[in-house]
Amino acid sequence: MRKIFTILWKDIVTELRTKELLSAMFTFSLIILLIFNFAFSFSSEYLKFATPAILWVTFTFAGILGLGRSFAIEKEGNSILGLLLTPVDRSLLYFGKLISNLVFVFIVELITLALFVLFFNYSIFHAILPLSFVIILGTLGFVSVGTLFSAIAINTKLREVLLPILLFPIIIPVIVSSVKLTASVLEGNSVFSAGSAIHILVSFDIIFIAACAIIFEYVLEES
Amino acid sequence: MRILLGLTFFSMIASIYSVFIYAPTEQIMGHVQRIFYFHMGTVWVATIAFIMVFISSIQYLRKESRRWDKLAYSSAELGVLFITLTIITGSIWAKPVWGTWWTWDPQLTTTFILWILYIVYMILRSAAGDDAKKAKFAAVFGIIAFLDLPLVYISARMMRGISPVVFGPGGGGIAPEMMIALLVTLLAFTLLFIVLLKQRIDIEDLKDRISSIRLEEGI
Repeated sequence: MRKIFTILWKDIVTELRTKELLSAMFTFSLIILLIFNFAFSFSSEYLKFATPAILWVTFTFAGILGLGRSFAIEKEGNSILGLLLTPVDRSLLYFGKLISNLVFVFIVELITLALFVLFFNYSIFHAILPLSFVIILGTLGFVSVGTLFSAIAINTKLREVLLPILLFPIIIPVIVSSVKLTASVLEGNSVFSAGSAIHILVSFDIIFIAACAIIFEYVLEES
Repeated sequence: MRILLGLTFFSMIASIYSVFIYAPTEQIMGHVQRIFYFHMGTVWVATIAFIMVFISSIQYLRKESRRWDKLAYSSAELGVLFITLTIITGSIWAKPVWGTWWTWDPQLTTTFILWILYIVYMILRSAAGDDAKKAKFAAVFGIIAFLDLPLVYISARMMRGISPVVFGPGGGGIAPEMMIALLVTLLAFTLLFIVLLKQRIDIEDLKDRISSIRLEEGI
């Protein structure tokens, strides 16, 4: 547990020094919200149907930007070697990276959500608890696979360009169920009222966190 | 190999005969229904191919032997080919029967995502650089993609959960002659898959030999 925390702390300290990752992700999510605003030219009854889609497109797109950098940073300073040389289990390295990615993505999501309320004048406070629950589960889903794929993509010729191509087809179940759940909780229903969506989301999280933790060491061998 | 080729050839002839002459014409859909046999044949082969990718990917990560990687890669390539044929034959069948080339029915959506996933598998291989990376990254993606498929299918069904109409062959009410034609076709396509897979692996072996000769001769 301490070892995981050390990796997390290392990433946070690096980020606090440069602030490049968070500011890039944050600006990008701002731009996406802006484009959505122009693309739909919203009226309020329209917004009800579009909100879940806007939120999840913004979360995943901004998230992928951060995930792409996650291993690029290690690769550039060749500090990945340092990580590999540390005498810890490789799956602990995975959990360390996973949690630090989660922290960054959660921060960006929180700001995005606040800006969304501000820009679109749409209240989400009646459903803030179930909504956060859905966002946490959905983010866990796409960041779990994203962390693994980030390590793969950065070691190919296409680098970060490959990451969205690898990741998006895999996380379709996450996006489908998160959008459905978000729509449902914003209407004031509980997370269990959207049929099998919650089951899909939770199963995805469990299956892929386990699978990625096991597989991660094979990816690291090639970096 | 010669025996296998012969068997494949004759089962193909038998399949064509049974599909076009032996099997009765479907009452409502007419002759166009005969494409169903080839449609099932291709989707059957694609399914076998993707299961092979999954198994050989796991084996590759465990043993790191080139043989498993060749098997995974060759199967994936054939899988993409046959799933493309599945989508094409399905569209040809769907147009006169449903009046549209494509609908976002759960089975079709899943097939479409399956197709994309294994095309991504190919892209990953071509982007990966050297052979060891290629094999390892592809194996990782092959495993993750296969684990994803049940969830993709369930979520596609959930999105379309409202529509009660179930398309496709109803399973139960199929004439015995049709069943025989289907089984013959499945056999023929399975043999064809084995032949193609063997050819594909032979090509990879030859490539390996060429590069090792090049290395020895210093070219």
